[in-house]
Amino acid sequence: MPRIIKHHQIVDDPWQILTLTDGETPGTVALPAAPVLLPLAVWLARRDEILARYQQPGVWLDSDEDPEALAGDIARLTVIGVNFPKFTDGRGYSSARLLRERYHYAGEIRAIGDVLQDQLFFMRRCGIDAYALRPDKNLEQALAGLSVFSETYQAGVDQPQPLFLRRLTEATA
Amino acid sequence: MYRYDRTDQQIIDQRVAQYRDQIRRHLAGQLSTDELRPLRLQNGLYIQRHGPMLRIAIPYGMLSATQLRKLAEISRRYDRSVGHFTTRQNMQLNWPKFEETPDILAELASVEMHAVQTSGNCVRNITTDQFAGVAPDELTDPRPYCELLRQWSTFHPEFAFLPRKFKIAVNAATADRAVIRAHDIGLDLIRDDSGEIGFRVFVGGGLGRTPILGKMVREFLPRRHMLSYLEAILRVYNRYGRRDNMYKARIKILVQALGIEDFGRQIEEEWSYQQDGPSTVPDEEFERIARHFDPPARETLPAEDALHAARFRNDRAFANWVRRCVHAHRTPGYAAVTLSLKAPGAAPGDITEAQMIAVADLAERFSFGELRVTHEQNIVLADVRQRDLHEVWQIARRQRLATANIGLLTDMICCPGGDLCALANARSVPIAAAVNEKFDDLDYLYDIGDISLNISGCMNSCGHHHVANIGILGVDKNDEEWYQITVGGQQGNTATIGKVIGPSFYAQEVPEVIEALISVYLEQRTPGERFIDTLQRIGLDPFKARAYVGRDRRRSAKVETRELVNA
Repeated sequence: MPRIIKHHQIVDDPWQILTLTDGETPGTVALPAAPVLLPLAVWLARRDEILARYQQPGVWLDSDEDPEALAGDIARLTVIGVNFPKFTDGRGYSSARLLRERYHYAGEIRAIGDVLQDQLFFMRRCGIDAYALRPDKNLEQALAGLSVFSETYQAGVDQPQPLFLRRLTEATA
Repeated sequence: MYRYDRTDQQIIDQRVAQYRDQIRRHLAGQLSTDELRPLRLQNGLYIQRHGPMLRIAIPYGMLSATQLRKLAEISRRYDRSVGHFTTRQNMQLNWPKFEETPDILAELASVEMHAVQTSGNCVRNITTDQFAGVAPDELTDPRPYCELLRQWSTFHPEFAFLPRKFKIAVNAATADRAVIRAHDIGLDLIRDDSGEIGFRVFVGGGLGRTPILGKMVREFLPRRHMLSYLEAILRVYNRYGRRDNMYKARIKILVQALGIEDFGRQIEEEWSYQQDGPSTVPDEEFERIARHFDPPARETLPAEDALHAARFRNDRAFANWVRRCVHAHRTPGYAAVTLSLKAPGAAPGDITEAQMIAVADLAERFSFGELRVTHEQNIVLADVRQRDLHEVWQIARRQRLATANIGLLTDMICCPGGDLCALANARSVPIAAAVNEKFDDLDYLYDIGDISLNISGCMNSCGHHHVANIGILGVDKNDEEWYQITVGGQQGNTATIGKVIGPSFYAQEVPEVIEALISVYLEQRTPGERFIDTLQRIGLDPFKARAYVGRDRRRSAKVETRELVNA
């Protein structure tokens, strides 16, 4: 079974990712057995069918897809995948923050695609809590990427108080 | 200046460890060349024409004497005893060894320095006025705002992989000396009618292949909102800036495509969710940082020092230097001094190890141990007593740092060009040298007066040629070096993008063409007019006509205007 990093641990993980190939359409593609992350277009086209079929529905967003599209369904989703087609494509960081901070999504956000050790710290700060690393990478080694810095300046999902507010609290304590 | 606390130091130390590990993994074959590239760029490491180049961050241009001494030592131990100052007020080392770069970063961290985000598609070094804190025309010191932005932008988790690089500049003076409208975001510190400090926000400026001046997106932003508002801009850009074509990926293209009104509406909407959130900066934080920039213990002195006045009257060479290189200061009896890195024969912006040590000494003896790097690639000692100016001049002169040419034709901004840079279409330093040779007579330079001449070796426009009165751009035609000339560009409050005068020139023609342009000015000027004033009054045509007299240019040059991405 494939392995991923989840909550700072390496775990076996059964989730599959459905990708539409040439000739397949969201309305007609065969829905695989659970658990599976479905493309956003499939979710939008067949929401009721998916909710009836899967106990734990999952959807993945590509980097050019807006998390706003899931705003009304946040509570129904068990896992939301955020795809990084290339590790230099940074849109997924904004998507993850919006899901957490604006839509208050409490389920799993999983980074998928070109996911590498040196992005993990940023991903964690943006609210991503599961990481399906690129298959050629060593997960044990990549774990170190989650804790490169022990302190940060900005507010993030992991630390809603920016350093300057905490510095002030410390100074007046 | 700002001093690190334990947390700042720990973050920078951990950055060194992270980078060292990245290089180790790369050398062990665990991190590919492509995977390492954006990581090393965010640590300032380029692979250039002859090898690596390391760009060291100098936040908003501020350096202590101790830091400059460390840079001198690093240049000796790890490079060829020379550094190069850039238009982002940073320093580049052109000959470091790849394997030694982690050690260089560790050396830098020992004096509260780093190379964080000096390249890459992230927020770059924040720049500002070199006279911050001493300029008489300043509303308030911009450096605390720059420092807050430095901390906020350092390892920002959401904005480390933007569509393209992102540059921010801050101005707080009546006269903009930070070219804020040539930046992705330009912040102009102002007071509103109620006396509150805030910003006029410009967005979408930038040079490069498509030079555009920033447009005002907000007339007044109270300072407490600066971070949340910038996050809103960056988020809209991160999500919707173009990623399909790296030549159209800067925020200026997005602003242009949407129009400033629509872009502004999107920002306001995004900001409405973040406004008054935890990133709102309380006054106490501004005050905490501002205390780091408290004025040094200056003496109470008469506005005019009698000894200095006498020397000024009696020593013509000294007086010339004072006229060009000494600037007004808000405290009576003090002055700011520009040390010119534009001596004839020197590559503009280059500084040798010996000069670094000499400047550190000067800063310690005469300017409270601090100095600034200017975006025009010179150095400023900001707090010199008038009575010390003569001695500073004598010492600087021995180090070839006292060329009295600040603001004159030979005070050129110039990129390293094709001699070093992998992107350049053409060399730029030899053009600067040729201009220097042609205009080697100081009296002639004084007669020409205030003028700006900038040189870029390629469309990336590191030499800011678009905003120079005379701009020179290296272009490649059939593997030959050619130079396109623009005129009419300006920095400052009346920032303007220059216009191309026509087909490009051979390298050896460039000094003659500049002389031709200057001769039109000298013939046509009215008393008190600068080059740019005459140009604006009589228009481009007389200059254009003179530039091509006797030159055969039937075929119009096809210019390679591709902007390249450094790697």
